[in-house]
This record gives sequence, C-alpha cells and structure tokens, in this order.
Amino acid sequence: MDADRIGRSLARIAHEILERNHHVEELALIGIRRRGVPLAKRLAQAIKDIHHHDIPTGALDITLYRDDLMRTAIAAQPVIRRTEIPFSIDDKRILLVDDVLYTGRTIRAALDALIEFGRPKAIQLVVLVDRGHRELPIKADYVGKNLPTSVTQSVQVHLTEIDGCDEVEILES
Amino acid sequence: MKKDLLSIDDLTTGEIHLILDTTEAMREIGQRPIKKVPTLRGKTIVNLFYEPSTRTRTSFEIAEKRLSADTLNIAVATSSVLKGETLADTAMNIEAMSPDMIVLRHPSSGAGHLLSRICKSRIINAGDGMHEHPTQALLDAFTIREHKQRIDGLKVTIVGDLLHSRVLRSNVRLLTKLGAEVWVSGPPTLVPMGIERFGVRVSANIDEAVADADVIMMLRIQQERMHGAFIPSLREYFNTFGMTMARVTRAKPDVIIMHPGPMNRGVEIASEVADGPYSVILEQVANGVAVRMAVLYLLAGGAEVD
Repeated sequence: MDADRIGRSLARIAHEILERNHHVEELALIGIRRRGVPLAKRLAQAIKDIHHHDIPTGALDITLYRDDLMRTAIAAQPVIRRTEIPFSIDDKRILLVDDVLYTGRTIRAALDALIEFGRPKAIQLVVLVDRGHRELPIKADYVGKNLPTSVTQSVQVHLTEIDGCDEVEILES
Repeated sequence: MKKDLLSIDDLTTGEIHLILDTTEAMREIGQRPIKKVPTLRGKTIVNLFYEPSTRTRTSFEIAEKRLSADTLNIAVATSSVLKGETLADTAMNIEAMSPDMIVLRHPSSGAGHLLSRICKSRIINAGDGMHEHPTQALLDAFTIREHKQRIDGLKVTIVGDLLHSRVLRSNVRLLTKLGAEVWVSGPPTLVPMGIERFGVRVSANIDEAVADADVIMMLRIQQERMHGAFIPSLREYFNTFGMTMARVTRAKPDVIIMHPGPMNRGVEIASEVADGPYSVILEQVANGVAVRMAVLYLLAGGAEVD
C-alpha cells in the first residue's frame, strides 16, 4: 500500500463513518498509540472536509493494560506514553483507531482502558489494515484493506508523522 | 534496570530519563475518574518501615494501589521487631511468603543492600539512614524538569543539615549526573567531610550559595539524628541559614523553593517562603506518587541479568 492508497482508504472510511452515524456531534475519535493517533487525526480532518464539523480527537496508550506485560522475566518493560482524552467519552460514539488488526489483543486492552474513562454510547473499530489471525472474538467496523498474511510475516505501517513516509509493507521474518 | 533500586548509582542517565518520562504518563492516571490500572495485578508488595513516615509510605501505598498490586504495610511498632528479631530474620521470614517487591525504610545506612543479598524479591530503598533516598531525588528531578524544562546547567542550591541527609546524597548524585551545578550550604558542623568529591561547591555563606540560583532545596534539621551539639540554638540557626523572603530575592526571579518534608517552620524555612509563590513543596508530594508508580512499573518487568 502506498501513500495514495492509504489516502484513498482513509477518505472512503470517513464517508462510511458519516453514512453510518447520523449524529455527527456524538462522534469522537481515539487513536491507539502510536500509529493510531496520526490516523485518527487524519480521519478527523477528512470528516471536517466533508461535513465541516470538528470531531474531538484523543490518544490512548494501552501498555498498562496489555495481557503479556509480566510474562517474560528478562525483557525490559515497554515504554509508556501519555493517554490524552481531553473530553468526556460519556454517551459518545467512539471511533477507536489503530493501524493493524491482528490477534485482537491490543483492541481488548483498549476496550478495557476506554471503559474506565466513562460509558460511551457505542465503540466502533477503525483499522487501516486487517491481516487476520484473530485470537479473540473482535471484528473491525471499518477496514482500509484486508491483507491475507501468514503468521510468520510481519505487517509494518509507516506514517509520515512518525516515520517520514506513508506506506504499508509485508516483511518475511 | 537492575533488580533493585538501592541508590541513584544503580541507574544510568538513560534509565533516569526513562523513569522521568514514564512518570509523565503515570501522572495522567491520577487525574482520571477511576485512578487505577491493572498493570501489577497479582503482585505482592510489602512496605517495611522501620522509621516513622507519612509522605513516603502513603505515597508508595497509593502508587501500588493505583497499579493494582496487593500491598501490605509492616510498621515496626506492631511487629516482632519489638521482640528482638533482627532485620535479616524479618527479611527472610517475609521472603518465605514470596512477595514480589519489598519497599524498605530503615535507620541504618546500607539496610537495603543487606536485604538485596538475602532476598529474591526486588528491593526499593525508601530511605536508609544517612545514605540514600532515591525515589525522593527522582521526584525532585521530575519537579525541577517540569518547571525548568531541563536540569543540565541549572544552579541548584541545597541548604540545611547536610550531614544527616540521605535526600542530599541522592540528590547530589542525581543532579550532578544530569549536569546541574550543585551548591551546598550549612553550618560547618553539619557539612560532611569530603563532600566536594561529589562535585559540588560548598559555601558556609548562604547568601553566596543562593545568589542567582534556579532551584533552592531546603533540608530539615534532623534533631532525632543529632547526638551532640551541632548548632548553638534553633533560633540562631534560623538567623544564619533559615530561608527567608529576603534571601529568596537573591536568587533568580523564577527560582523554585523545594523541601522534601517534614518541614520545621521557623527553623530552616520561614512560613512566608514555604507557603509563598515560589514554593513547589506540595507539587513535590503530588509528583511523588507518579514517580513511584513509574519505578514500580519499570522494576516489575525484567531485570538485567548481572
């Protein structure tokens, strides 16, 4: 996936979001750190371009909710980044945004984290890439691209805001 | 990170910055409606306190609870220590119940190192005699960094009972490591011999020491550790080394005044300074919880195999 494909996927998802949610004022975008955050900001801009409405946007770090944190005795702890949700999520329709949907464990952690901030009316999941191999009963509502992969491969999303360029690549490991 | 946090010397500069950055993220949890994350679920942490403490013990306990650890407090007043049990025996008995971490406060320097040799649990030094109090220095550094956006190149002046202060020793190690210019001042009887070797400037003249300071850190006169006549009287001490508004004005206009607590008002610090606009003393307390959450989280993971 190159920059052009990523841009068009996000534009399509923005339209789909507006098609499915009639009350735009109830929407809020929350990106999962790290690469879900720039994606959420881009979607907010895309929705604003279509509908001239500012969607509140936040960032969620799920590290402290991971289910694999204390399993290894030798590895150093993963770095925690800031969670910034500068609005109440009560009664909002939350669009949770991440780059790659794989096992579903990140999303499980994100749902746990999110629920502690309040009671949203609904949570919908947006991902740029769905690569399959779910380990939990979790499904995305909006998908940029379905990428059939094998478990030995790794899917890397690069975004200009973090990596200097927009691309999605599949690496053999 | 090493297995234990006994001294600032256990930390590299990179690890110190990691702790301070993690603190930033931890602080946000304290502002949520539900101030709790599941991270240390199922971990047992023992707070073993051989000395009175309000701030440090409460701060560790709140930090542990916000990370969902199971905590228990052992205060010496209600324990078998009164029946004559040694520290090593107490430690081995606690260790037999397999906790994951022990937070130790003890009047003897090096008590944490003793536990570290006996115990598989991770040891966090919450103050050992006149040696070190690393989490205090970390929260001080965090508070300074937040106000000044840096530590490198700042003039930090530490005034008071230097001899008995573990806060001094941890802060000097940490601040010089991060590039601050550290000045210390106090009556010659309360200045430890050879302190210059830590890379600090010593001045018996407080007005010289605080001139153009970015940070002034006051230390408590520790009467409970004074077994001799170190100062003529508290009143004279206040006149010579007490922090007054007149002295504060000799420092930089944006100076911050710190104190690790508990304060002796009218002895080392005037109330007008402690409660005044330059004081960040209560911010230090607030940041203490987040710093301890960061330390607990980072230590709970893998240790470097050494």
